[in-house]
Amino acid sequence: MELFVAENITKTFTNHTALNNLSIKVPEKSIFGLLGPNGAGKTTLIRIINQITAPDSGKLFLNGEKLSPKHIANIGYLPEERGLYKKMKVGEQSVYLAQLKGLERKEAIKRLKYWFEKFEIGSWWDRKVEELSKGMQQKIQFIVTIVHEPKLLIFDEPFSGFDPINVNLLRDEILKLRDKGATIIFSTHNMASVEELCDHIALINNSQKILDGEVKEVKSRFKTNTFEISYSGFDKDVKQLFNGQFELVGVTKFDESSTAKIKINQGTQNDLLNHLLPHLQIHSFNEIIPSMNDIFIQRVAEANQSKNEQS
Amino acid sequence: MNKIKLIIAREYLTRVRKKSFIVMTILGPILMAAMIVVPVFLATMDDSSQRKIAVIDETGLFFEKFKNDDQHIFHQITKDINTAKLEHSTTDDYALLYIPQKSVSLPTQAMLYSDKQPNLNLKSYIERVMSKEIEEQKLLIQIDRLNLSDANKEIALNIPESIKTSITLSTIKLGEGDEETKTYAEISMVVGIFTGLMIYFFIFIFGAQIMRGVIEEKTSRIIEVIVSSVKPFQIMMGKILGIALVGLTQLVLWVVLTSSIIGIAKFAFDTDIKTPQSELMSTNQMVPANATTTTMDVSSSTKIWEVVNSINFGMIILTFTFYFLGGYLLYAALFAAIGAAVDNETDTQQFMLPITIPLILSIVMAQFVIQNPDGAVAVWMSIIPLTSPIIMMVRIPFGVPYEELALSMGLLILGFLGTTWLAARIYRIGILMYGKKPTYKEIWKWVKYKG
Repeated sequence: MELFVAENITKTFTNHTALNNLSIKVPEKSIFGLLGPNGAGKTTLIRIINQITAPDSGKLFLNGEKLSPKHIANIGYLPEERGLYKKMKVGEQSVYLAQLKGLERKEAIKRLKYWFEKFEIGSWWDRKVEELSKGMQQKIQFIVTIVHEPKLLIFDEPFSGFDPINVNLLRDEILKLRDKGATIIFSTHNMASVEELCDHIALINNSQKILDGEVKEVKSRFKTNTFEISYSGFDKDVKQLFNGQFELVGVTKFDESSTAKIKINQGTQNDLLNHLLPHLQIHSFNEIIPSMNDIFIQRVAEANQSKNEQS
Repeated sequence: MNKIKLIIAREYLTRVRKKSFIVMTILGPILMAAMIVVPVFLATMDDSSQRKIAVIDETGLFFEKFKNDDQHIFHQITKDINTAKLEHSTTDDYALLYIPQKSVSLPTQAMLYSDKQPNLNLKSYIERVMSKEIEEQKLLIQIDRLNLSDANKEIALNIPESIKTSITLSTIKLGEGDEETKTYAEISMVVGIFTGLMIYFFIFIFGAQIMRGVIEEKTSRIIEVIVSSVKPFQIMMGKILGIALVGLTQLVLWVVLTSSIIGIAKFAFDTDIKTPQSELMSTNQMVPANATTTTMDVSSSTKIWEVVNSINFGMIILTFTFYFLGGYLLYAALFAAIGAAVDNETDTQQFMLPITIPLILSIVMAQFVIQNPDGAVAVWMSIIPLTSPIIMMVRIPFGVPYEELALSMGLLILGFLGTTWLAARIYRIGILMYGKKPTYKEIWKWVKYKG
């Protein structure tokens, strides 16, 4: 079941189209990666989900209901560019922001104290924000985003500005939130964290969605039927072993063994193995699964190319 | 709406707790009280130098009674009053006292001419001497009458009532070309200019606070978090209203503190130097209705009171509160819009210009309006919303027809609604725009965006 659905969203600014007929479906209790190059329209989409700006056309649904101001309390948003009131005390400010999200004052204080202890920043409650390091401020911002326990969380580059230890802390918390039933939209340029965290993705380029689906499924869709073997016992050029059926993509020589990448144009991997076994001593045999990084770059390049051809 | 209350509370509390607010709240009344108390204090201060006072006593009753002391030497001159006035500046006399002859009754009026504001002690001394003398004269008449009517008890009972007399001593400054300019009307000018200036400063000081607050939220990027919880219009109105409350708090504290400081100072002076002022005041109250009392020029503070009473104090407070808030609200939204349109304070200059022009124009025109408070320029400027908060306050002490006032107030409310609507449309787009400073053309496009 989908927690959040956007249907045919279009948003035009004076001189350009930020979103063009874009639709996404975010399944419940999953982490949804919203990917795309800079200026693709991600921030505009996030602002539309947060009801900061309204789309020119299209429909939005949260939990099956039409998105309306009453849903503000069900959404938590951690923007990429974030900040706090510098002169205000940390505790007071967190309570204020939690109250704006609809929490009662007492409840807000109770929950915030819990999270401050958990993140080991309880002693900062009465300090002013300007006295804190950037990492501390990020932690506070994260707490403020999740303290009202929203159904839908939107994180825009949540890991920027954190040291590796805190990145781990944060990643664990995000996974815990999902396991507890929250749905997370996760926008980032860091493809490694996408592979690590996301269950689903949507790739936006030039105001249009160019790819979406479950991560595993997307990756297998982009498989090129290419295999990597490591072998030994062949002194001559391996090239002569391949014909039209199997294509040598690349070869790397090491002291003990070599690795070769081979694309199968016809047949199965068993055919390839049968073909090679008489000649080579095979140590390993793996299918090459493209990384999200490769898919990202490839799809964006293709999309840009086809766009250039059209115009 | 609950959230707007939260915003108002935050804006209010963070500002009221600031050191600068507390310092200003304490320093302001001290300065204002000093402005009022110090001149009075100086006037009552004993002056060591001797002063010569020329006396023209047409009645011949009083001159003998004025006793010379360390400070004042009285000497009689027998010139015509007009020549004496002309020659006054050539003599080394400090003041010229003129007691005119009255054909029927006893004189109750006298004039004290001086180049400067005459010393308060001198005035009260003259008044005391003259009252005493007249009371004695009246008593003599009563006693004569008693003798004639064989100890009529009823008349005897009336003696203390009927002999009470008040002296009207008008102080007149001798101006150049011998023009007698009374300081009297100037006070309503002062009231007008003062209230106008208060509104002017209030709009600028607190308008700039709104603008800075908006810029702070924008540059610290917290605005993005807040707009995901609250509508931009609510944030803007919360900020405007919160800061309005800060201004009102400061104003009320200023009025309360200033008047208590003045009250304490007055009390200290009264007990300290035993001015006969209080005695004279009580004399005045007991005067029968038919007595010929006009103006009681006892001291500058009572004079201010009289004028304030004559120019309808309640009216001024009511209109001041209205124009104070109305003017602020009219401009506040525009300040918020400017803050939203730019990224830092240095970029605000260009957009501040359209706001500052009507305000500065009002202050510049105020001095002409005061000369001619019912002229066409004054009337129009007090009706157009952008200038009315200041100009109308300048006109109020001189009296404004109710229909003009109603029109001006109505237009100010419409103007406030208009600027707020316009500003809100700029604000909602501006707070999320970063980068280069927008042009007026781009801002106009923001206004037209839907949604």
